[in-house]
Amino acid sequence: MINQDQLAGLASRLCPMFVILDAEGVIEAAGPTLEKLRPDAPLPGRSFFEVFQMNRPRNIATMSDLKKVRALKLHLQFRDPPQTGLKGVFAPLPAGKALVDLSFGISILDAVRDYDLTSADFSPTDLTIELLYLVEAKSAAMEASRQLNLRLQGAKIAAEEQAFTDTLTGLKNRRAMDHILDRLITSERPFSVMHVDLDYFKTVNDTLGHAAGDAVLQKVAAVMVAETRKSDTVARVGGDEFVLIFEGLTDRQRLESVAGRLISSLEEPIPYGGHMCNVSASVGTTIGNRASRLDAAELIHQADVALYAAKRAGKACHRFFKPGMEAESIAVASQPTEGEEAPDAARRRTE
Amino acid sequence: MHGLINRAIQSFVCATYGEARWIEVMHDANLGFSEFEAMLVYTPEQSAKLLDSLQRVLERPLDEMLEDMGTFLVSNPEVEALRRLLRFGGVTYVEFLHSLDDLPDRARLAVSDLYLPGLELLDHGQGKFSLLCQTGLPGYGSVMMGVLRAMADDYGDLVLLEHCGDREDAEVISVTLIETDFAEGRSFDLGAGAV
Repeated sequence: MINQDQLAGLASRLCPMFVILDAEGVIEAAGPTLEKLRPDAPLPGRSFFEVFQMNRPRNIATMSDLKKVRALKLHLQFRDPPQTGLKGVFAPLPAGKALVDLSFGISILDAVRDYDLTSADFSPTDLTIELLYLVEAKSAAMEASRQLNLRLQGAKIAAEEQAFTDTLTGLKNRRAMDHILDRLITSERPFSVMHVDLDYFKTVNDTLGHAAGDAVLQKVAAVMVAETRKSDTVARVGGDEFVLIFEGLTDRQRLESVAGRLISSLEEPIPYGGHMCNVSASVGTTIGNRASRLDAAELIHQADVALYAAKRAGKACHRFFKPGMEAESIAVASQPTEGEEAPDAARRRTE
Repeated sequence: MHGLINRAIQSFVCATYGEARWIEVMHDANLGFSEFEAMLVYTPEQSAKLLDSLQRVLERPLDEMLEDMGTFLVSNPEVEALRRLLRFGGVTYVEFLHSLDDLPDRARLAVSDLYLPGLELLDHGQGKFSLLCQTGLPGYGSVMMGVLRAMADDYGDLVLLEHCGDREDAEVISVTLIETDFAEGRSFDLGAGAV
């Protein structure tokens, strides 16, 4: 049998945060690392239960309480600051004495800082140093990953800005439309530009929410693609604004019938979450004219003027651009009874 | 080669020769990008092109540059993390040398797809050691030379290092410990990195 001094010497090597308690719970010996935590108040001679507060299991204030729970893991902390949390395990010794081995557990990160611990304070078989290493290595790796994510996020935003596709509908976007218009103008091929603006879309958004609005826009996009040829361009250029470009198509009658089909298809109620969403569309068309030598912005403006003529005509209808339409629209806008006047005026213009 | 290694080369070149030279190197390598991402993996061909261009553009022998890079990785304050991770290996330089056997496994603990070839320390007694750097990463031995040199300074020990060339399947570095506590060294506080 070894005596208590030999036991304390052995424990100092194997588990340098041990305490040996006498039968009353007074600390007789403490390991060197544990002593290092309280350099100004030596632990031997003080009661274990005065130095440490037992957190789990609760209500342990004496040696006999402690002996009853010997199989369990102890959770305790110093009563005086820094109130480092510790884990412990209890082992009875002869003559009613006991050995309690302590460890930092999860509080190790604070402890190495608070107590200026070094590798020499831990048993070589203790995994604490590996744990600290891992925490630092993982933090460094996480930081590198975080930086990568930030850069990828930035790159994604930049790529979206340069992209030609509207992410919600899968249609072309305004940038794509500008490119296509410029190409058509330079190539001097005949084409026409149709500007479509949804009617009553704001009501859907306001009453059923943006998710319903998004669903409607997606359905509208599908209708537009279905009602046009593969060689035509369908672009979403604003919230509920679309531009259709018909390459090689300038026949007014055919354009009129395309617009009419488009409006009636868009007026089909769109189911969303048990509701029916009803929208329609106002459409304005202009024909790219080789002789007029208009640029893209001027063509879009003409289609826009025609679109607003259709809006004034009571919505849900189609108008071609006509020279002088712009001046009329200003004149009509200044009349107080425009709502009633406009349809007639607009109808006359298209005839 | 793991992005961390390529990225380390990039940091070293930018800090030592300037970003303009780095752009020249990457232009010469013709990889289609100018920066490496630390957390992505690149092909051995891409890394080989980088090393080729490094020699061509900077007009210095590769082993010399890689040794400087090893020193840079440990001693530059901007990459303090690596120096700290290496210091976890031991309280003294000799302990650190012995911990190098575990370095590839430690690296994999931190970043699971980071592969480093094996390291084996032979202790010949009386302060004489050989470090065998296994093949698999071009220039590994040269980088380790720089790391060993910088870590000796970090511990404040005086050592003699010599690259003894290749032996079977490993590069051999001989390490002779002349004097411990030769200089002050840098302090290492276990808790400093745990923010």
